[in-house]
Amino acid sequence: MNVVVDTAVVGGMDRASRGDRADTIEAEERGFAATVGEIRVDNPRMTCRNVDVYYAEKQAIMDVSLDIGKNQVISMIGPSGCGKSTFLRCLNRMNDTIDICRVTGEIKLDEQDIYHAKLDVVPLRAQVGMVFQKPNPFPKSIYDNVAYGPRIHGLVADKAETDEVVERSLRRAGLWEEAKDRLDEPGTGLSGGQQQRLCIARTIAVSPEVILMDEPCSALDPIATAKVEELIDELREDYTIAIVTHSMQQAARVSQRTAYFHLGRLIEVGETDEIFSNPQHKLTEDYITGRFG
Amino acid sequence: MQNKVRTIDKVNATLARRYAREKRFRRIGFGAIMMGLLFVSFLFISIVGNGYTAFQQTELKLLINFDAQKLDPSGTRDPKVLAAADYSGLIKQALRDTFPKVSGRGDKRSLYRMVSAAEPFRLRQMVLGNPDLLGTSQELWLLADDDIDMLVKGHIDRKVPESERRLNDKVVGWVEQLEQAGAVRKVFNTIFFTAGDSREPEQAGIGGAVMGSIYTLLVTLMLSFPLGVATAVYLEEFAPKNRGTDLIEVNINNLAAVPSIVFGLLGLAVFINVFGLPRSAPLVGGLVLTLMTLPTIIIASRAALKSVPPSIREAALGVGASKLQTIAHHVLPLAMPGMLTGTIIGMAQALGESAPLLMIGMVAFIVDIPSGVMDPSTVLPVQIFLWADSPERAFVERTSAAIMVLLAFLITMNALAVILRRKFERRW
Repeated sequence: MNVVVDTAVVGGMDRASRGDRADTIEAEERGFAATVGEIRVDNPRMTCRNVDVYYAEKQAIMDVSLDIGKNQVISMIGPSGCGKSTFLRCLNRMNDTIDICRVTGEIKLDEQDIYHAKLDVVPLRAQVGMVFQKPNPFPKSIYDNVAYGPRIHGLVADKAETDEVVERSLRRAGLWEEAKDRLDEPGTGLSGGQQQRLCIARTIAVSPEVILMDEPCSALDPIATAKVEELIDELREDYTIAIVTHSMQQAARVSQRTAYFHLGRLIEVGETDEIFSNPQHKLTEDYITGRFG
Repeated sequence: MQNKVRTIDKVNATLARRYAREKRFRRIGFGAIMMGLLFVSFLFISIVGNGYTAFQQTELKLLINFDAQKLDPSGTRDPKVLAAADYSGLIKQALRDTFPKVSGRGDKRSLYRMVSAAEPFRLRQMVLGNPDLLGTSQELWLLADDDIDMLVKGHIDRKVPESERRLNDKVVGWVEQLEQAGAVRKVFNTIFFTAGDSREPEQAGIGGAVMGSIYTLLVTLMLSFPLGVATAVYLEEFAPKNRGTDLIEVNINNLAAVPSIVFGLLGLAVFINVFGLPRSAPLVGGLVLTLMTLPTIIIASRAALKSVPPSIREAALGVGASKLQTIAHHVLPLAMPGMLTGTIIGMAQALGESAPLLMIGMVAFIVDIPSGVMDPSTVLPVQIFLWADSPERAFVERTSAAIMVLLAFLITMNALAVILRRKFERRW
């Protein structure tokens, strides 16, 4: 174990004074340590500090601190139930839809606390878009699927502008050539991979700053997966992307940074190459070498 | 080597019993369905068998002499004089002319009774509309009295002894005489569909009851659909999940099981006695049926909302739609077929309901066809109840015919619900 960054220090002394250091010590005694690796980046778009998530009484995320760098892809890996999806859903407050879910700690988007009592989730979600595990196009036409976001946010004034946004988004998502002649057909009639790219087009149509992807390829075949991965790599130029994935190869292929979650804790985070070639933590190493997961 | 039992032997040993059990179960299920079909077909056969003759009506051909001397002695053609003239006398005269041998008061009375009591009014309308008829003789088909109708249709058996028959031999003889002369015919019974209720079966129709049912259902639909959907959306999407909403849910489910007569009493006490709304009005009927239909619609709508996959909500929320936008743009359209199905089923229930309407006076004998929701009226099931209670033989077939019409409405509505569900069923 090389570098141990004490989250209490990173998170500021106020948390330490609340007695959370005891928590960390307890965790260490149970065989966990605080996060290994550098949780900070030079140029963060989102910063999360000491995030705890509870489902009713059960704690799903324990004291996670992590920066999400600008124009970077960060992948979150870990065994099932480790809380990586839960953490991702905190980043645009999708967890608000679950009544029993409670989030504490601090998550900032460009210095703006997204859990501030007065923050409106509607503009937040326009800034932090999300692509889900299962492709979920609206049961409407391809055109309407993409145009929906810009329309409700008033980003487009007339038909011509809408057409332009739809075309740009579909091109960006690599779906234009396949879909341009069937824009009026229902989005649900596309193949799984096309549906997922449609969902990505729908997300980028509102020009978010951050795109969250929750296992976007788990329902796709290898060819469709390759297309989506290629797309993620291209989107990095304009967007900040956080992706949860079950596939370590995928994490290695698309991301610059990788965070390894285990039982609700962020175990290790670092450059993707580093994590995969030289994991520091025993749990990370076990997972990456396939000893469990 | 041990004496090892192979799995396949054990499986084979029980296989026959397993299949026998399956076969038995299938037979029981098939039998249950067959029993159901048997009862339903028995019901249909008995109703149709009793009722199909009501769609025809017997008419008698008589030569009516519009005697100017009798109708308009002074020759002024004054509508008042024409309106007050004795038209039943014309029919009596025509009958006497057709059967000149009939004499004696009793026989004559029986003779005059062969034609429906409504016909003099029709003749009056004819003369008032066309005074040129005066002084002419016209061969007219006149509505037969219900007893004659029953005799012609065979519901009064000519073979039973005279003492056990409703019509005596003389009348039967007259009818046979007319039949031989080709002066008896059966025509499609339009009166049954257009007229209101009447004490005379040959003049009674379901027109008033159908209109009353339509007005009542319109009121019910206009109140219960928006209320039910709004309630369901609020409870399902907005209401906090706590004791209060649990209590509301239990009460809604309770309402669905309350005997309908209780709703009728409530309507009587509240809508009529407190709010002073008119009795027997479709408005009050609609209000009462709304109370009854609401739980059905709410429960169906909530189920429809629940069945919208969460992925659609997440997709909408994920691009930044507000809660109301998510519901209005995505959830409601997807839940609408289910809600409509529930509504139609609720409406069908309301259409067949009679007990609560008895309490608010919709059981009154109402001849006029209602022209609005405040007019006194009755509804189809109550009309059936009223006719089933009437002693005349001719009301038996009319009761069955009215049941057939009601069943036709119900089948149409329920089929519509099925078609809607099929058409808009979505696969994700």
